[in-house]
Amino acid sequence: MSETLKRTPLYDLHVELGGKIVGFAGWEMPVQYPAGIMAEHAQCRENAALFDVSHMGQVVLKGEGAAEALETIVPSAMTTLKPGKARYTVFTNDTGGIRDDLIVSNAGDYLFVVVNASMRDQDIAHMRANLDGVELIELTDRALVAVQGPAAEAVVSALAPAAAELTFMETTEADILGATCRISRLGYTGEDGYEISIPADRAVEIARALLAHEACAPVGLGARDSLRLEAGLCLYGNDIDEGTSPVEAQIQWLIQKRRREEGGFPGAERILNEFAEGPARRLVGIKPEGRAPARRGVDITSADGEPIGAVTSGGFGPTVGGPVSMGYVAAAHAEPGTRINLVVRSKPMPATVVALPFAPHNYKRA
Amino acid sequence: MLKFTDDHEWLKIEDGVATVGITAHATEQLGDLVFVELPEAGAEFEKGDTAATLESVKAASDIYAPLAGEIVESNDAIVDDPSIVNSDPMGAGWFFKLKLADASSADELMDEDAYKALIG
Repeated sequence: MSETLKRTPLYDLHVELGGKIVGFAGWEMPVQYPAGIMAEHAQCRENAALFDVSHMGQVVLKGEGAAEALETIVPSAMTTLKPGKARYTVFTNDTGGIRDDLIVSNAGDYLFVVVNASMRDQDIAHMRANLDGVELIELTDRALVAVQGPAAEAVVSALAPAAAELTFMETTEADILGATCRISRLGYTGEDGYEISIPADRAVEIARALLAHEACAPVGLGARDSLRLEAGLCLYGNDIDEGTSPVEAQIQWLIQKRRREEGGFPGAERILNEFAEGPARRLVGIKPEGRAPARRGVDITSADGEPIGAVTSGGFGPTVGGPVSMGYVAAAHAEPGTRINLVVRSKPMPATVVALPFAPHNYKRA
Repeated sequence: MLKFTDDHEWLKIEDGVATVGITAHATEQLGDLVFVELPEAGAEFEKGDTAATLESVKAASDIYAPLAGEIVESNDAIVDDPSIVNSDPMGAGWFFKLKLADASSADELMDEDAYKALIG
């Protein structure tokens, strides 16, 4: 079956900037620009990186009961999410696994939801099927960009002063060059930064204005992956999927106390049981000894050679200066400091379980 | 004599010993290299055997013995700093020196003009 790949409003700009275009989740996206993945990764940790994430789904949920309805399909508290705040959560399935991870923002008059590109259509269908009485609007006429890094505040507030007033996980509507945008102080790199929802017909102009700041440069999806991996952030389809629970994935913190006590979301039985008894396996950081990366699919054994898990994400961490991985191991082997082996090219390679993140988070907290 | 393979490897052959590396075209395709594993001196390979392994930021690649032979030396400098392969793929970024089992076997490989035509 041949597939026509979609293009975001910034496609021509990526080509103009020398972006190497690859297919990702049905979209033509820049995996890197001429600077290369290593330099782009450093750009984000040291200055400011501009990412096009317009392939992700942007959805508006309207109606008085929207937050309450959403609580029937996510395990987080939504009715108590205050206007101007954003929250990370997941859609769970009936066996306590994860259908996707997402961000929900309270925009006052509506909830603004951002979902992964790879699950966009499925998530929208899931919400439509389950959120009775809630009006769902998919925003197909908007771009989404991320500006991430220590210079992100300087870059974005030069165009939207309100951005400087936000703290981590806060969101606001603001004008950029006369266009009404939504700016949220959050991201997927571990650095301070923003995601900005822009009317599609103003996206190129605003992207250019952001790039005009000397501290800001374009960064592709390749570096986006190495950044999030160093930050210990899950990638849907790798680290979290329909078989992994939020407790196993060590993101159980997104299940607020009231939801933990009351349940009322798909898979609550397994998840609540894991809170009580502990999960059978845990997602951990893994630091290979030596220089060889250990990628997704690599089998993990105990130091004695007993199979105990598998790598779900792995590669090279440019900030760390060496290979970094995440994977699931049986709970008994999940303590930081535990020695394990990674079976790479049929040979056991020593590694150590480490606490995440590999690179410290630099969020601008209140 | 400078020769090339379909797998984007180059060989500089002198007195029956080929210095082997990967071309600039290959490094552009691979992106930043982060890990290189090279063969030991004395290792013997048939043409097409996996002789070395590369990892770029995104993926792993195999490097093949372009012709049959025995490794006489590997370039430790690129094991310590794989970025040398990106910055100087045709020079300091060489991988290993292969003593050819049959020096005439190199004649069948592409010369520079043929390789340039291949990569377009």
